[in-house]
Amino acid sequence: MVSYFTDPLQYEFMKRALIEVILMGAVTGAVGAYIVLRGLAFIGDALSHAIFPGIVIAFLLGRSIFAGALLFGVLTSAAIAVVATNRRVKEDSAIGVMFAGTFALGVVLISSSRNFTRDLASFLFGNVLGVTTSDIWLSAIVGGIVLLLMVLLYKELLITSFDRVAAQAMGLPVFWLDLLLLVLISLTIVVSLRAVGNILVVAMLVTPAAAARMLTDRMPVMIALSAGIGVLSGVLGLFVSYHADVAAGGTIVLVATAIFGLVWLFAPGHGFVASQLLRARLARSSAPETKVLFESPEIQSPGPH
Amino acid sequence: MTMTDTLPRTLDHEDCLVIRDLTVAYQRKVVLKGVQADIRRGQVIGVIGPNGGGKSTLLKAILGIAPVISGKITLFGRPVSEMRSHLAYVPQREVVDWDFPVTVGDVVMMGRYPRHRWLRRPGRADREVVERMLARVDMLEHKDAQIGQLSGGQQQRVFIARALAQEADVLLLDEPMNGIDAATQEVVLQVIEEQRLAGNIVLLATHDLVSASCACDCLCCVNERMVSYGPLTETYTASNLAATYGGPVIMLAPATGAQPAHTHHAGDHAHHEHVHENLGMDHRDG
Repeated sequence: MVSYFTDPLQYEFMKRALIEVILMGAVTGAVGAYIVLRGLAFIGDALSHAIFPGIVIAFLLGRSIFAGALLFGVLTSAAIAVVATNRRVKEDSAIGVMFAGTFALGVVLISSSRNFTRDLASFLFGNVLGVTTSDIWLSAIVGGIVLLLMVLLYKELLITSFDRVAAQAMGLPVFWLDLLLLVLISLTIVVSLRAVGNILVVAMLVTPAAAARMLTDRMPVMIALSAGIGVLSGVLGLFVSYHADVAAGGTIVLVATAIFGLVWLFAPGHGFVASQLLRARLARSSAPETKVLFESPEIQSPGPH
Repeated sequence: MTMTDTLPRTLDHEDCLVIRDLTVAYQRKVVLKGVQADIRRGQVIGVIGPNGGGKSTLLKAILGIAPVISGKITLFGRPVSEMRSHLAYVPQREVVDWDFPVTVGDVVMMGRYPRHRWLRRPGRADREVVERMLARVDMLEHKDAQIGQLSGGQQQRVFIARALAQEADVLLLDEPMNGIDAATQEVVLQVIEEQRLAGNIVLLATHDLVSASCACDCLCCVNERMVSYGPLTETYTASNLAATYGGPVIMLAPATGAQPAHTHHAGDHAHHEHVHENLGMDHRDG
């Protein structure tokens, strides 16, 4: 059992991959809490697609793909935040147009690369086993900045998410806080690219946080639990994928989905089983009266014997 | 009502909320215009009018979150934009996500946030204020409950406790009487009276004319423009209400002549019932 986890770690690439998925799981889980509570899943998906051409351009120019992703992430965040202030454009339509367009741009650009198929696959689905030490440093620094900002601006992000009008009335710069949140999501996506890739990152942004929401009614606890579920999914997924010899990114997301399913079924209070039990208990407690009626001889006797 | 065209009248207005020639427009549509008011410390102002008439808009304009295209608003002689920490706001309950994982105590603590802008964390003094305000609205025992588990009236009380925790000079209430129980209505009326006695200004936007006539000194009647502003004796009349609502107000008992609200004190419970019986009225929507 122990060797299931220790054996793979004799390889340096697995040690690096393990650190990378832990970083990715913690940051996606923590930021995911806000994505789930504010209904930003679609925007998260859009951002991850919009970042794609940034990665491709940086890759083709031989520059850091993190820098390219970051630049496009911030630009797209700003575009979304500005578009959202105009009432005449339906927000989701605008986002849909923008992210499909930018993603197509990325695909066209990368098709000029000689190793088209391999490169495309590693961007889209991640390549955690190919993580380098400098990748890890970048993930740690960017992820650390994201978590630090979340802690420092906890009050402001909380009230802007919960009661936007009151936040405005208190004089908080709601537009800039919205933009900051989008930038934090972009940074998180950048951190996740190596581990799960461009397509599956939205699952890591949504699934652990949605599971955590069912387990608690407290915001700080939800953020911590969500980060924990993200890390657990990353670690378990990595080892399962090693032993089963399947893609790490997809396995990590499948583990997160399985955890979500278990929580949905068995969460105390909010879970499916718990609510069914509650319903059964309520039915039982109101049953005796009904029973007496049905067992009374006036009702049962008329049958001919 | 004194009208001033010239700006420097600040000395006279050092204890007033002053609104001059206020016009608010979303996109190009003017939703409220011609608002003039001088509101002194210790005054309770009822903002009444039909749905879409600009009640909420007026409160939001004072808070600086509605697009004011002309006019000016000053509080204690200074532009209201510099005085935001002196304003406390209770929004309509519908604008909030009640599924959010925050407790009653968390929500009331948000009222302390403006005092600790950026990076600072609330301390023991803040927690004491939170508990005191929760006790004031009789919600202390629910401090650790998730807000979604509360009834509509309890949610409203939590929002009022949050506004009280701001310890502001001006309290703006947007439809606080909507869908609440009698006990909560009593708490709202008591809180308003306490604010009056403390020398604070209260603006109460409501479509509940009975509670407006009970709690307020003056009415500000709006229907896309300010129809009238003045003490109840002048504004709480059948003709003025008809002008405000754009048609005859359906009254269960005549309002004219009676005017008992003029001399009453909001803390007087027996009197409330009296007003309810005699002035129970409603208005046509739209």
